[in-house]
Amino acid sequence: MDLFETFFNLEVLARSFPMLLKGLWLTLELGAASILAGLVLGLALCMMRLYAVSPVRILTRIYIDVFRSIPLLVLLIIVYYALPFIGVRLSPFVSAMTALTMVSGAYTAEIFRSGIEAIPKGQFEAAAALGLGHRQTMVDVILPQSIRMVIPPLTNNSINVVKDTALASVVAMPDLLKQATQAQALAANPSPLIGAAAIYLAFLLPLVLLVSRLERRLSRGKA
Amino acid sequence: MPGYISIRNLQKYYGHYHALRGIDLEIARGEVVCVVGPSGSGKSTLIRCINRLEDFSTESAIHVDSVPVLPGANLAKVRAEVGMVFQSFNLFPHLTVRQNIMLAPRRVRGTSKTAAAAQADQLLARVGLASQAEKYPSGLSGGQQQRVAIARALAMEPQVLLFDEPTSALDPEMVGEVLDVMRDLAQTGVTMVVVTHEMGFARQVADRVIFMDGGEVIESAPPAEFFSAPRETRTRNFLHAVLDH
Repeated sequence: MDLFETFFNLEVLARSFPMLLKGLWLTLELGAASILAGLVLGLALCMMRLYAVSPVRILTRIYIDVFRSIPLLVLLIIVYYALPFIGVRLSPFVSAMTALTMVSGAYTAEIFRSGIEAIPKGQFEAAAALGLGHRQTMVDVILPQSIRMVIPPLTNNSINVVKDTALASVVAMPDLLKQATQAQALAANPSPLIGAAAIYLAFLLPLVLLVSRLERRLSRGKA
Repeated sequence: MPGYISIRNLQKYYGHYHALRGIDLEIARGEVVCVVGPSGSGKSTLIRCINRLEDFSTESAIHVDSVPVLPGANLAKVRAEVGMVFQSFNLFPHLTVRQNIMLAPRRVRGTSKTAAAAQADQLLARVGLASQAEKYPSGLSGGQQQRVAIARALAMEPQVLLFDEPTSALDPEMVGEVLDVMRDLAQTGVTMVVVTHEMGFARQVADRVIFMDGGEVIESAPPAEFFSAPRETRTRNFLHAVLDH
């Protein structure tokens, strides 16, 4: 058996393709759901981190630091295998989404914070001097400017979330990677793994390139 | 009788630095007051306390139209009546010129979109920028941006206008166009407090000139008297330094 037949076996690839597609669909669902939930959580965390009363601010900060430090795989195993001991039993999809969201929310909060803190103080002062309240200042003045700045790091974070969905295969969720390893076992051939890698690349590489382009454009806008 | 703006025993600390040392000041409705003095004398801090962009200690009291300038629900109300124009313009870069002017009336006063747009265009005509409504601030010169900032403050129909060194960030050739707009405003009866280095403007337009140094009001007099016969040595030294060369 030569290398080509082992890793790029077209016949095996073609046979496993429907399985891979099913896995891809789940991966995208999990990724999208976690990214969106992470954005909402991240914005809420960021507002608490910056503007809540001091005890809440400290707790939020601890949350953010802890969930940026904990390896996602560890968190996922805790959520899926440890929580049942205290009576919380979540499906593989919900477990994976919970873990991904908690971590993505922590990163997103820090991204939003950097975006808000990059806005000059004068913008807050001009809004305050006009009589705008805190919420109006955020919604109409600060966030629209921050969001432009944080689109590249947010996209980066989204790429990470989609890549991390592969960890969900550990909790028996039939995502793209899980389908690929199963197909590999069935065919006794690793070509489906190469197929999965190609599919991940096809989705994520364009996003990576987009981020570089956005970053270049933003830095040019500043100059 | 307390003034329209009444400042009593205004004390301001930055850490241990005593920036304002017990300022008492009464400003009448419709009065145009220019505040002058060396850098670091506390002039900007003083007017930033009037709409409480700067916090001040609890022993101090500021009232605008008899409303105490305290944190809380009243503050937004006071700020809606007190317009401010900043040294660095602080226009909202993601909004067009017209949207910059419309934002506060829409959000704070609940003005309808059409009414706010009509008002914005009227104000832009007043500051000589009728043709620039669709542009973004970055497409305007410094002088134009500052005139938009004045229009934006006027859109709230404020009783008081605070100017924090409005021409200090401008190229010299653009100072005149901003001062002209301010001169016109002074005729309308709005109360103005202007921190400035433009002694010509203070001399011609102010009802009263206040000289600050070291966090205190040293002298307060009508411009004719202030510039020709200053009473205090520190005032004389300052005027000598800025005028005689």
